[in-house]
Amino acid sequence: MAINKNSNGYTFFFAITMVVLVGTALAVTSLALKPAQQKNLATKKMMDILGAIKVDATRDNAPQLFEEYVIRRVAVNFSGSEVASLDGEIDPLDKTDPFNIDVQKDYRTFVKGIVKQYGKNPEDLAKALTDAPVNYPVFECVKDGKKLFVCPMVGTGLWGPIWGYVALEEDFVTIFGAKFDHKSETPGLGAEINTAFFQDKFKGQKLNVDGQNVFDVLKGGAPTDEYSVDGITGGTITSKGVGEMINRTMPVYVKYLQSSNQQSAAR
Amino acid sequence: MSTETKDFVIEKKSEPLFSKKNRKLIYDPLNDSNPITVQVLGICSALAITVQVQQAVIMSLSVLFVVAGGNAIISMMRNTIPDRIRIIVQLVIVAALVILVNEVLKAFLPDISEKLSVFVGLIITNCIIMGRLEAFALGNKVGPSFLDGIGNGLGYAWILLVVSIVREIFGSGSISFPGMGQVKFLPESWFIAEGGFYENNNFMILPPMALVIVGVIIWIQRSRNTKLIEEN
Repeated sequence: MAINKNSNGYTFFFAITMVVLVGTALAVTSLALKPAQQKNLATKKMMDILGAIKVDATRDNAPQLFEEYVIRRVAVNFSGSEVASLDGEIDPLDKTDPFNIDVQKDYRTFVKGIVKQYGKNPEDLAKALTDAPVNYPVFECVKDGKKLFVCPMVGTGLWGPIWGYVALEEDFVTIFGAKFDHKSETPGLGAEINTAFFQDKFKGQKLNVDGQNVFDVLKGGAPTDEYSVDGITGGTITSKGVGEMINRTMPVYVKYLQSSNQQSAAR
Repeated sequence: MSTETKDFVIEKKSEPLFSKKNRKLIYDPLNDSNPITVQVLGICSALAITVQVQQAVIMSLSVLFVVAGGNAIISMMRNTIPDRIRIIVQLVIVAALVILVNEVLKAFLPDISEKLSVFVGLIITNCIIMGRLEAFALGNKVGPSFLDGIGNGLGYAWILLVVSIVREIFGSGSISFPGMGQVKFLPESWFIAEGGFYENNNFMILPPMALVIVGVIIWIQRSRNTKLIEEN
């Protein structure tokens, strides 16, 4: 029986069959490889957190070092109250574990839209963010006998998301270290935020807790005070994004850290 | 696509897989019809991912897999594909293979997958692949099509390897292979920063240098293989 390969019916039949087959094959592969991929992402996250407290980790020793340095994982809400606190081993399936909070996904689904809508008005922004179902994870670490607090954050660069981890010292204002990364910023310009040259500038700088902006990433010229760093020339929008995410996120962590500190002092 | 392919393999019955003609399918793309230096296809990725040898190796293997697999699958289906949607069919097959490669890299080679970033996804748009499917796989049996894919993949791979070896040695003073990491073979004390006399050539790390190296390869190749020189 000769089939007319050029008939509409045959063309539709062929296209549908092919797409169903290919789709199924890809879905199966994706499901099969998902556990391995998620494990890699978790390891990468550990490496980033350790990077913020200046511990060099490789993919092999990251989980072990993470266990060694990170003593407590806390989740706080926008008002700075603690909603979860855990230590010990990480259960990748435990959604309440602060380590498993997907800050990037939360940013994409809730925060990004809010920032876009209310970004011009700080009061409305704070109100909208308080209502958003977003928690902020903090990682309490001990390095050389000193307590350090690693605070993750996400923002928007020029082409796509940027994210970072800022480690605060025990006084809750001095930055111990920072680690930034990006998805698709311009190589040589905005993409430089993930290099040591940019990240090292943050070390020793302070958060201006009482000021209007807790921290500035400046355009043009060296920083005039300890509450700012020089942005990247030619990477203005990415630099601004770094400043924006620090300003939006760090006050939350500082609020939590200060209140938890008062509580423990009162005890 | 500036394909000037000269494929006129006519289907014959029961020909051994490694006949003289079929072997030519493998070694022709290495030199006489090299996808990069002669057909000038797939240049974009060749510039982007040849900073380190390990990236180039993984990229080459990915392209090899996609072009050989795509060729074989399309050739298997060649008598059933409706003419009007054949490009779409090719695209779906290539895209599926590329996604497969990307997922596997993400699961097993996360570091390299991160460095290759979008370029694995962009294999879909690599002209070598669609070019081979359209020019060869649609009109030939599975065996020869597969060999043609392997040949073109290898033709792409060796250029990438040469370019990346030159760029990594002179640009970073190191050499890297998958699974072995990056090995810096120059002593630290040689560098100017440490009081020595040597400095890595940063220009080598930038994409334009890859173009220059590809140009040099084309020059050497044409000076040895004079039948490639165009008359005008």
